[in-house]
Amino acid sequence: MSVALTRRPGLGRLKAARGPLHLACLGIVVLVVIAALLASWIAPQDPNAVDLGNALAGPSPDHLLGVDAAGRDTLSRLLLGARTSLLGPLGVVVFSTVAGVVIGLAAGWRGGWLDSVLSRSTELVFAFPGMLLAILIVSVYGEGLLAPVIALAIAYLPYVSRLTRSLVLAERSRPYVSAYQVQGHSTLQICLRHVLPNIAPIVLAQSTINFGYALMDLAGLSFLGLGVPALTPDWGRMVFDGQTAIQHGYPLSAILPCVLIVLTVVAFNVVGERWADRVARRTP
Amino acid sequence: MNALDIRGLRLRLPGTARPVLDGVDLAVGPGETVALVGESGSGKSLTSRSALGLLPPGATAEGSVLVDGEDVLTMGPDRLRALRTGRAAMVFQDPRAAINPLRRVGDFLTEGVRFGGRTGAADAERRAVELLDAVGLGKELLHRYPGQLSGGMLQRVMIAAALMGDPVLLLADEPTTALDVTSQAEVIALLGRLRERFGTGLLFVTHDLGLAAAISDRVCVMYAGRIVESGPAGALFERPRHPYTAALLASTPRLDSRNGRLAAIDGQPPDLRQELTGCAFAARCRYATELCREQTPEPQGEHAVACHHPLEGSPLDV
Amino acid sequence: MSEAVLEVTGLCRTFGTVRAVDDVSFTLAAGGSLGIVGESGSGKTTTARIIVGLEQADEGRVTVQGRARGGRVRGRAERLARAREVQMVFQDPYLSLDPRTSVEAVLRETLRLHFPGTDHGARIRELLDQVGLGTRAAEALPRQLSGGQRQRVAIARALAVQPAVLVLDEAVAALDVSVQAQVLNLLADIREQTGVGYLFITHDLGVVRCVTDEVIVMRHGAVVESGPTDRVLDSPQHAYTRLLLESVPRPGWDPDRIAAARRAL
Repeated sequence: MSVALTRRPGLGRLKAARGPLHLACLGIVVLVVIAALLASWIAPQDPNAVDLGNALAGPSPDHLLGVDAAGRDTLSRLLLGARTSLLGPLGVVVFSTVAGVVIGLAAGWRGGWLDSVLSRSTELVFAFPGMLLAILIVSVYGEGLLAPVIALAIAYLPYVSRLTRSLVLAERSRPYVSAYQVQGHSTLQICLRHVLPNIAPIVLAQSTINFGYALMDLAGLSFLGLGVPALTPDWGRMVFDGQTAIQHGYPLSAILPCVLIVLTVVAFNVVGERWADRVARRTP
Repeated sequence: MNALDIRGLRLRLPGTARPVLDGVDLAVGPGETVALVGESGSGKSLTSRSALGLLPPGATAEGSVLVDGEDVLTMGPDRLRALRTGRAAMVFQDPRAAINPLRRVGDFLTEGVRFGGRTGAADAERRAVELLDAVGLGKELLHRYPGQLSGGMLQRVMIAAALMGDPVLLLADEPTTALDVTSQAEVIALLGRLRERFGTGLLFVTHDLGLAAAISDRVCVMYAGRIVESGPAGALFERPRHPYTAALLASTPRLDSRNGRLAAIDGQPPDLRQELTGCAFAARCRYATELCREQTPEPQGEHAVACHHPLEGSPLDV
Repeated sequence: MSEAVLEVTGLCRTFGTVRAVDDVSFTLAAGGSLGIVGESGSGKTTTARIIVGLEQADEGRVTVQGRARGGRVRGRAERLARAREVQMVFQDPYLSLDPRTSVEAVLRETLRLHFPGTDHGARIRELLDQVGLGTRAAEALPRQLSGGQRQRVAIARALAVQPAVLVLDEAVAALDVSVQAQVLNLLADIREQTGVGYLFITHDLGVVRCVTDEVIVMRHGAVVESGPTDRVLDSPQHAYTRLLLESVPRPGWDPDRIAAARRAL
């Protein structure tokens, strides 16, 4: 009996491989990643160049998407913002996946007291809302990207470790694991060389979905003024900075980053869920 | 009227080159036990499921499947539902997989007949107690959960559930394969007693020729979607006419065989993705001729054998 | 009289209040074939798992080629030595192979673990040939193979270790009748060629008749009868053995009498 991810059938046709939704989201993901990678070369202006005389202007040939309250070019800030906005969640996902898999493997494989200790600890973290944990840590360590990334990674860790643990428990009961034990392989070898590759696709697919959530959480932190320092272009930060712009009736510099955040999160979620669907169906 | 009458059933699945059921003719008279024998891929389970209209998704069917005179293949969903909770019922191989572990046995027994308000709760419960008694179980089981019963007891509960709607046709798909030999004997004894008491026709699907011969009136042997031989149980077992039946008997390890090698059949059953002309068994048959490979044999004779060169005379020591 | 390759003495294992294995003793002669017959709950599978090392006995001794097996494995050398003594083929051909590993990779892993530095390619071809699989099967993944083919791979994997004893835990129960016959013939050939001893765990008395020299009958964890296969099946001494024999369906069979006998026991 394999552990299968259950999926709702409702949006099935929309989310199908050749479906318009999936292709569009794949396109958005690719675009955002390219923008993040090539930002320094394709940004038309210096994103930090302040020009107070031109503050809150609308779109012009120089500034295709207008400027914000400090006269900085919105388009350039969006492009460079893609970098920090993607880097943060990447850190969260990588750290939580690696740590979560290690903890889930140890708990599921060894069982016994180790399992009890690890499971109860991760359940404690579950009980703590991720955002509050992040705010707490940032208030202790001050501004910067590292603190909230670590905090969110710890908050996401239980999701990964719990999934890994149940997958490992299911795999461990399969006869091929017993067969390898009888063959004389050590349990560690079996765990790393056979169990881990079999469960990896499911865990990775889940992590792709976590990426979207991490993006949203980090953007939220930046919006609250915690997280990235004031001068770094970052989508969440831009929404925060753009509050005054909205009040003055020039909403572009605040709305555009919002739109991008939403689009990117949705795109990553759809692509991640699609991958999870495919993996779940392929599992024998 | 026959409990079950399958005529010319041809079932095609998408993505296959030949039909998975290729012209099946089968009849189960009232109160008769017919065994359907075959290996995996022969189509025996599909045949029994077609009697309830349980066709795989995307399948196209030709021919007719008459249960108590009505064609299942042309029934609307309401009539099908009435059929499945009334005149025809099925007992599956693994009782634990076929019952909801979270509901009590009593609920499971009565939900079929209470569906659509056809029977009241009190009547349904009375009938459930009566049937539990008929299968040799006490009424306290009504309040137990499936997890508290052994495999043999659970399979008897499944038989009781199948009889709740007073069916004319009972379908059993390998009902004893998952049980111990001694539990198997009890369940078979039970089925025989119930058949006499309620007069239900039984289609018994199995891979065990010995079991089929021991309990049924007639045996039909299936290979690659076709019925290759059918006839009275004893005669088929002692004097098989079709080379496949003979080969199957010879390759089964039996209590009375000698110690040593079995006469195994070389090769494998034909793949569904390949076209098939002529006899399906020709590639593995030691008596095959050109005629066998070109022309599909039709069942002939009193003891219906679909073979161009049926075996004659005494049992062959293959 | 060939000496015993496997000796089991006074094996006991209790799960909670249930005595799964109750003072079980038997011997397997070198190159011999011993069948363990019983129904579910008889303890035959637990006994097999103890012999193979997947479970620990509470009491008793298991000796292979004179060396005692028991207790926790300490260190790599002992783990490998134990694997060289007893190997196992499991019942379910669909789950006893890693779905992501090809046939060749499976055999190569085993050879690399036990015989590093030898010519693996040649030995793999030899093993595949011995179990009747062509070279085309070498690159196949388990899902591309039939049940019978997968069981052949499992047998090849067990033989690759060159064990003294091969435990077959209902190894043919999940196969079709014609495939089962092929695999049983293959096992008979292998025993002749390599002289490995078989421990056949099964519930099927027909299989016992065909492939075993000796048989023991287990019920509720204890051995109720043992002896040469022909003698036990032709003239059973114990009432339970008689019940098992009569439970095998054949023409002229009376299931009612068996059901009554079962309740009486």
